[in-house]
Amino acid sequence: MHVHPYERAWIIVSVALLMVFGVAIVVSSLSMGIQIPGLSARLAPVSPDGFASDEPWVRQLGPGRYEANVFAQMWAFQPSEIRVPAGSTVTFYLHSRDLLHGFKILDTNVSLMAIPGQVGKVTATFNQPGEYLIVCNEYCGVGHQAMFGRLIVEEPSATL
Amino acid sequence: MAANATSYQVSPSEKRLALVFILTGFAHLLIGILMGLLQGLEHMGINLIPSMPVIQTYYQALSIHGVFNVLLFTSFFIVGFLGYMASYGFERPLASVRLGWVTYWVMLVGALLTDWALLANRATVLYTSYAPLKAHPAYYIGLALVVVGTLLLLLNLVRTYLAWRRERPGERIPLLSFGALVTFIMWGMASVGIVVEFVFFLIPWSLGWVAEVDPLLTRTFFWESGHPIVYFWLLPAYLSWYFLLPRQAGGRLFSEPLARLAFLLFIPLSLPVGFHHQFLDPGVSQGYKAIHTVLTFAIFIPSMMTAFTVLASLELGGRARGGQGLLGWVTKLPWKDPVFTGQALGMLLFALGGVSGLINASYTLNLEVHNTLFIPGHFHLTVGAAVVMTFMATSFWLIPHLTGRALWNRPLALVQVILWAVGMTFMSRGMSWAGMLGAPRRTMLGAATYREAAWNEPLELVGVGGVILTIAGILFFLNLVLTLLNRRPAGEVEVPLAEPLPEAGPLPQYLDRFMPWVVSGALLVLIGYGPTIFRLLTTMQTVAAPALNPF
Repeated sequence: MHVHPYERAWIIVSVALLMVFGVAIVVSSLSMGIQIPGLSARLAPVSPDGFASDEPWVRQLGPGRYEANVFAQMWAFQPSEIRVPAGSTVTFYLHSRDLLHGFKILDTNVSLMAIPGQVGKVTATFNQPGEYLIVCNEYCGVGHQAMFGRLIVEEPSATL
Repeated sequence: MAANATSYQVSPSEKRLALVFILTGFAHLLIGILMGLLQGLEHMGINLIPSMPVIQTYYQALSIHGVFNVLLFTSFFIVGFLGYMASYGFERPLASVRLGWVTYWVMLVGALLTDWALLANRATVLYTSYAPLKAHPAYYIGLALVVVGTLLLLLNLVRTYLAWRRERPGERIPLLSFGALVTFIMWGMASVGIVVEFVFFLIPWSLGWVAEVDPLLTRTFFWESGHPIVYFWLLPAYLSWYFLLPRQAGGRLFSEPLARLAFLLFIPLSLPVGFHHQFLDPGVSQGYKAIHTVLTFAIFIPSMMTAFTVLASLELGGRARGGQGLLGWVTKLPWKDPVFTGQALGMLLFALGGVSGLINASYTLNLEVHNTLFIPGHFHLTVGAAVVMTFMATSFWLIPHLTGRALWNRPLALVQVILWAVGMTFMSRGMSWAGMLGAPRRTMLGAATYREAAWNEPLELVGVGGVILTIAGILFFLNLVLTLLNRRPAGEVEVPLAEPLPEAGPLPQYLDRFMPWVVSGALLVLIGYGPTIFRLLTTMQTVAAPALNPF
């Protein structure tokens, strides 16, 4: 098949460009520790220190290490407010009690879907103190626009 | 090579068939556009929905907007348009014109069932229909019938193709028929996901025959069809850009073999890309998400080939019309012709839409834009601008061709397509901007308790764009209705089939055959989806619809 030299060059440049983008994705995800959820992680029904997996809670695992068990339901998050000191690494477990919901913490790299029957899991570190808005970003009925929460990253001094 | 202006005339029955399909599609677009105005105004703080008849909630309007515009308008227009293009290209009637009419009635009954469920607020589940949001059975059955209709046209096209092969052995498949066949073969393969989802899960569940469904499994089936469906909307526009627009611009098709190759590449590459809608889903492995990222990037290549070939074809037109120098040919293009300008502006916005699509497909960047307004900002450029403007521009020649009635007002058509492009630019800009600030999509943002002040300015752009688009939409329908009522005869309106440049060598066999592409597409689906679907099917996590009706 005859291909015009300009067109051949155009196709080669297109493919090369996409390869550059692909490498950028791999490098950024590895170097910046960006996580997206993978296969569902089941939680033990009750942890050794008595936290039930079907209830909302935030618990400290060690210095600067937290776990949050979050439930999404029409039209609220439980807990609706999560407080951790600045510099904490938090692992979120996300469940849905009814429909699909979204869980996006604005201005951070935390975003995942809440799907009934699945448990979402991501881990992120929050260094910058402040109040972060958590929005449900998947349509979940007439009250969807009222579904939000807050992540409060406190100044280290405030928690001492 | 077949001459460009054939004397072949399609039968009056097939002309009527194409016309009713296209008009039924546009009727849905009109209602869809009006719903869009309500959403745009709501985002800038003007909520008209409480004072509207029929419409009870923002989300009902949003469901109607999505389903009417991208499921019903597109399906009807495409079945009408491509059925006609195939018949004209083959220079023979469809294998069964009667089956064509059966297709119309099946799709019409389906559309009316779905319309009723939506207008009665019994199906406010948005076009994605995610379980366990549960709609009235009429909604799912109606949409299933529309899909059945598209598959009946596929059957009709394949039978027509086989009959044509017997009648004209050794000939190359004519370009228009080729484009129509590729589109419907791709869609036939892609539709498996949504057919399985509806027939085996959502319809029995909505009828109460089964109590529970798996939300992740049904969602995965949805996106197995739900991304390729955008190429089902786009390929008819590509057909027009490759095979008609060069003639409308006074040029010739720059490279026929590469045009055919780009079309054929869509058969395998459209199919295994749906996980880029599910990057943030728990229960799908990161490895398969990465594979779908690569495959989604791959589908960008035939679109880049299209950009080159179509622009080169237009350059031939601009130079034939006396254009000089590096870019002088651009000014010589027929910008006063709404058929040309509508498509050219659509292509321009499509370039931006394609680039934002690469952002969505990127494994990591997607994290930032997933389910924000950035996503509708993207697809209003691709579907809302490129596809809709191409279909509008096509109707400016096709409706006079089918009815023999002249386009009522040509300058109005030109103003209207320009207004549409301007409105879409404003609206998409506002949406993308608000999305990057974190504003969620599919949300009644005017009433959102958490709405941030920084979102106000971009959301005002969305509202302004929506108003401009509505004005453009109303002007389009005014022109359409007055064209249908126009007593002024159109004269002979030709199908503007472009002539390709002469080729250097023979066309390779694989560019005139479908089977290698179908087989490779099936293999890619098996690799890209097989293991995940198998795992989800064997470990189903079913749930019932919530006791409280969510909408």
